[in-house]
Amino acid sequence: MSKTEVLPHQADRGGPRQPLILAQNLKKHFPVRSGLLNRQTATVHAVDGVSFEVRKGETLGIVGESGCGKSTTARLLIGLTELDDGSVIFDGDILGSDISLKEMRRSVQMVFQDSYASLNPRLTIADSIAFGPKVQGLSDPKDRARDLMARVGLDPNRFAHRYPHELSGGQRQRVNIARALAMSPRLVILDEAVSALDKSVEAQVLNLLTELRKEFGLTYVFISHDLNVVRYISDRVLVMYLGEVVEVGPVEAIYAKQAHPYTVSLFAAMPSMDPDNRTEEPPLAGDPPNPIDPPSGCRFHTRCRFAEHVCRDKPPTLATFGENPDHLAACHLRDPSSGHSLAGKEVAA
Amino acid sequence: MASAISPSAASSPSEITATAAKTRSYWSNVLRRFLKDRIAVACAVILLLLILAAIFAPWLDLADPYRGSMIKRLRPIGTEGLPLGSDEQGRDMLARLIYGGRLTLLIGLLPVVFAFFIATVLGVAAGYVGGWVNTIIMRTVDIFFAFPSVLLAIAISGALGAGIVNSLVSLTIVFIPPITRVAESVTSSVRSLDYIDAARASGGNAFTIVRVHVLGNVLGPIFVYATSLTSVCMILAAGLSFLGIGVKPPQPEWGLMLNTLRTAIYVNPIVAALPGVMIFITSLCLNLLSDGLRSAMNVKD
Repeated sequence: MSKTEVLPHQADRGGPRQPLILAQNLKKHFPVRSGLLNRQTATVHAVDGVSFEVRKGETLGIVGESGCGKSTTARLLIGLTELDDGSVIFDGDILGSDISLKEMRRSVQMVFQDSYASLNPRLTIADSIAFGPKVQGLSDPKDRARDLMARVGLDPNRFAHRYPHELSGGQRQRVNIARALAMSPRLVILDEAVSALDKSVEAQVLNLLTELRKEFGLTYVFISHDLNVVRYISDRVLVMYLGEVVEVGPVEAIYAKQAHPYTVSLFAAMPSMDPDNRTEEPPLAGDPPNPIDPPSGCRFHTRCRFAEHVCRDKPPTLATFGENPDHLAACHLRDPSSGHSLAGKEVAA
Repeated sequence: MASAISPSAASSPSEITATAAKTRSYWSNVLRRFLKDRIAVACAVILLLLILAAIFAPWLDLADPYRGSMIKRLRPIGTEGLPLGSDEQGRDMLARLIYGGRLTLLIGLLPVVFAFFIATVLGVAAGYVGGWVNTIIMRTVDIFFAFPSVLLAIAISGALGAGIVNSLVSLTIVFIPPITRVAESVTSSVRSLDYIDAARASGGNAFTIVRVHVLGNVLGPIFVYATSLTSVCMILAAGLSFLGIGVKPPQPEWGLMLNTLRTAIYVNPIVAALPGVMIFITSLCLNLLSDGLRSAMNVKD
């Protein structure tokens, strides 16, 4: 079986320097309705002005606590949730004007966390994989499904006619990956795709994802709360807090030295492999503030050790701060002109 | 227990043939489990016999259900030539019960079938599209819930006038709201699952997604619920005839027969109760059958 048979190449339109996805100022506010007349009484600021780029061929890891807007960001990229504001530019084409949602959906696919809920229990595996190609009018959807099953490590003769409940979690997640690849996408969004698997299966699926990326020249957006996994698979990492980007940078740079106090505490919460180095104190106290009424200024100031007046008054902007032009943080500590007393100084985090 | 062990034991020798046997289709699984439920199977057989008898009544060599005799009125069960006795006009009860099954089953089943189709369309549309469509459909349905179903059927039938077609219409209207509500709730729970999102992300339009991914997962529960309503529908239809706003005499229909024989309850109580017994057996069987179907269609094993 040749590779071209499985995945016909989709044309690169914008050239290698054009980011595959450029997200600009994405906003999603969910209304909270209550009362007799179902009036809107509050707004959840799920994603509030998020901008980032996904470069061609890279894996961008998105990390953050539960409820910080990781999944909503992913759903905004693929158009499953409607944008309130901002724009998504796919390979130079503005989504909605230069390129339609339906066109883009061929190029962007998603793998969900719950492997069982993301497969129709009444369809065989082969039918589930073939659904997308069939809808998009691609040729031979059934053959394509069988080829892809073989590619993700499921023997089509054994599995093609099975139903999702007859498969294990790891096998089902392979099916979901095959289903996403069946559309010959250029970008695959993996929303906690390996989080529900046990560790050995998780490693197998991660290796499969790495192989597939090389083979098909894919770009990944990898959403996870597991920092070890993100380190393994990502090229760049984006850290979110309460619907905003607080830090973004190359994986080595962030794992070596975190710039934002939130990122510092997030990494401090990572279990250590060394028993002498175990974490005993919780690095961050309490839950994140309610996104219905996010704090003023820097959203992290309510839990930050270094918070000063300026943090309450003025929201920091995402900017470079050191010699690495790719490493950005949104913190007054990193901006010498911010007015923070410790700005620009090295602080022991 | 035995059936749980056998498939895994069979899968070792030759992988391909074994798995082909193991992966039965969903409906053959349902059938296999349904056949294990003896009560449900017995009910299905009884219902089938009743339906067949009703369909083939003219060929069963029965007496004329319309021809009465003043001499042979209200004979008891087992009289020569009248195996189930005769009614207040001397007509053969056996013939009238079998011919009566034709109308009764028709009026009992057709409204539910019609309501099933209409309500599935309404409920799936409301559940899948959501928003304003949902509000308009479901609040309209709620208006119908304000009336007790018997009262609503009587009111509509009364307004339209007596007759078979009018009772069919009124009973269909009565059964649309409950089935719509079930269809809507099942659909909106399926709608929120990831595989619908995945299908949307594949670029499928709403119609295709409903056809491929939604209907297969909601029709089962809606169908089972509708089956359980057929017995209610039969009783309602009999009630309408009993009140004189359904089938008109001298046509044989179980509810109507129960009504006319009510005057003979002191003369020949057993014969007078026979149409009621038929209604009872049929609705009991329908209820048990829908129970059996529901457990057979529950695929989480």
